[in-house]
Amino acid sequence: MSARLTEVRWHARGGQGAVTAAKMVAELAVERGKHFQAFPEYGPERSGAPIVAFTRISDEPIQIYSPIESPNVVLVLDATLLGAIDVTDGAPDDAVVIVNTDQSPADLKAQVDFGTRRVLTVPATEIAGQTIGRRIPNTPMIGAIAKATGLFTLDEVEEHLRASFGKKFSEKVVEGNVEAVRRAYNEVRE
Amino acid sequence: MKWDISDIKNWGPDRHEPGALIPEAGNAKYYKTGGWRTERPLRDDETCTQCLFCYFFCPDASVIAEGQKVVDFDYDHCKGCGICAVECPVDAITMHPESEFRGKSE
Amino acid sequence: MSAITTTAKVRAVTGNQAVALAMKQIDPDVVAAYPITPQTDVVQTFSQYVADGAVRAEFVTAESEHSAMSACIGSAAAGARTMTATSSAGFALMWEVLFVAASMRLPLVMTTVNRALSGPINIHCDHSDSMGGRDTGWLQIYNEDAQEAYDATVMSFPIAEHAAVRLPLMNMYDGFIISGAIGPLVPLSDGQVQAFVGEAPPYKHLLQPNDPITVGPFDGLHGWYFEHKIAQNRAMEAALPVIQETYDRFAELTGRRYHHLMTYGMEDAEVALVVIGSAAGTARSVMKQLREEGIKAGIVKIRTFRPFPTEELARVLSGVKAVGIMDRADSYGAQGGPLYLEVLAALYQRDVQAKTVNFVYGLGGRDLFPQNIEDAFRTLEAAAGGADLPYYRIYLNMKGE
Repeated sequence: MSARLTEVRWHARGGQGAVTAAKMVAELAVERGKHFQAFPEYGPERSGAPIVAFTRISDEPIQIYSPIESPNVVLVLDATLLGAIDVTDGAPDDAVVIVNTDQSPADLKAQVDFGTRRVLTVPATEIAGQTIGRRIPNTPMIGAIAKATGLFTLDEVEEHLRASFGKKFSEKVVEGNVEAVRRAYNEVRE
Repeated sequence: MKWDISDIKNWGPDRHEPGALIPEAGNAKYYKTGGWRTERPLRDDETCTQCLFCYFFCPDASVIAEGQKVVDFDYDHCKGCGICAVECPVDAITMHPESEFRGKSE
Repeated sequence: MSAITTTAKVRAVTGNQAVALAMKQIDPDVVAAYPITPQTDVVQTFSQYVADGAVRAEFVTAESEHSAMSACIGSAAAGARTMTATSSAGFALMWEVLFVAASMRLPLVMTTVNRALSGPINIHCDHSDSMGGRDTGWLQIYNEDAQEAYDATVMSFPIAEHAAVRLPLMNMYDGFIISGAIGPLVPLSDGQVQAFVGEAPPYKHLLQPNDPITVGPFDGLHGWYFEHKIAQNRAMEAALPVIQETYDRFAELTGRRYHHLMTYGMEDAEVALVVIGSAAGTARSVMKQLREEGIKAGIVKIRTFRPFPTEELARVLSGVKAVGIMDRADSYGAQGGPLYLEVLAALYQRDVQAKTVNFVYGLGGRDLFPQNIEDAFRTLEAAAGGADLPYYRIYLNMKGE
């Protein structure tokens, strides 16, 4: 498998916008000239139920259609999942885990065994509530991914949001989302 | 006959219209159903009031009318169902076994 | 391999959205459909195009798939270019009328998003639906990803409506794995699609009052049913070159070249997998790794399944020592899955002496991991070296082993 392949696994609950965020990451990848693939773990969509989604980003065309077994990046949009699911399952020792929580990485690591993996935290739900007015953590998580992985820059995310949201939403909503991404980018803790 | 099917019994797969469609309207008339008949309707012109009930009730369009008057039956297609005789309000139409007509022209 | 360079033209869409876009660009006269997971997005997106006035198509919301297909038949018999989409149980409910569409030689185009048939109740991908319908008389094209599904949809009417063919055509892709996954799509412009699809060649239909016809007549014991069935089969044979010609014309326009069989590494392959749908991608990437190890592995991806490209397949597999045929549907009580039986017949009749085995995988959406493909190739490698292969199927990623 190519060294330039990034495999992302999303853990969330139905309704938190993980699939929408995975699509946004895919679109950002396209704009960067990358190959990509984004897909949920398929099943009936149920609000509140734990869901898993996957994103692959690569410099080369992606031909594998199976679920991601060894993610380089694990995103946890809901910290209450940490007790119920082993979010690090299959993730290599150098994987990055980004958790939506107001706890510090040190506090979180004291409660959950992440092994040697990098753990970052960001209060995405709080940020979304304050900037967008809805406590949906998906957009701020994009900012955290940008910061943690360097797959795309903060400017590129902002540009993408203005271009894609600008067609559908009011300026207030667009700028709220831009602010959410910017704050998450700056408030990620490691 | 627009669609020449005189030799259709010998047609192979490539001679037919694709999808078995019939490219001619009303060609059911070439299929003569008169042979199904065991009883033949006869009309008494003296009794008939020309109400045209038989014309309208016939399920096989086998009552021939000209100038709004019933003139004959189409024995090539009449199946002898007898509906005309039942519906005739003045009993001008009666049914007769085909055996009576064996060997006689229609 | 290079990164995507023409970024402006690449869109991030699901397989279903890709096909709905193709339908919009074709803008058929009529779409009659009933929603079912995982096809729903196709007709839902298309109905939005109708509501927005982006297409002029008449959209018929039928009360069942049997009715949807019946409406499509009436529509096509009246001379309208007609499309629909379905999956799984919806496909099964269309069963009776699928035969009618084919035998009336109506050039309908249907998207079949592959999904298992119950039970136990299961909404996930396998090929039980369309493989069950392989003898309905429809042309069948299987697609690996969203791009292929889009391209195949654009190519459908020129094939189905061709005067030598005049058969309904169904395009398949894997439910959820492709239908719901967001992947890259390079679409054509509306004008390119319109020009490629063009006008249908004239044919006799019901809305020609000066040239009246009867469709769907009764044909009894001493009639010509038998000859009409033979004619259908001859149309299937005629379709094989027409499909390739259409693929070639599409390549001139887009540079994307398709064949009945897409082969990878088959020039010198000693072991090969014959595969359909999205599994071909996973199989191909494993094949490349194994080739780096020195294993002469190859992949044959079947796109055109009806008509079956028998001669071409036998030719491609003629130098191979061991072949694994991968079925995402089973045929209960038979010697193997539908693709296996088809391939075996092709090899036997052409005296191709490869060892064969049937791999059944992915039923009800069971994952197919690269490791499963690697295991399959290792089995074939052993057989190429002299080991025996089982007469019975090998199930990939079965629990309890």
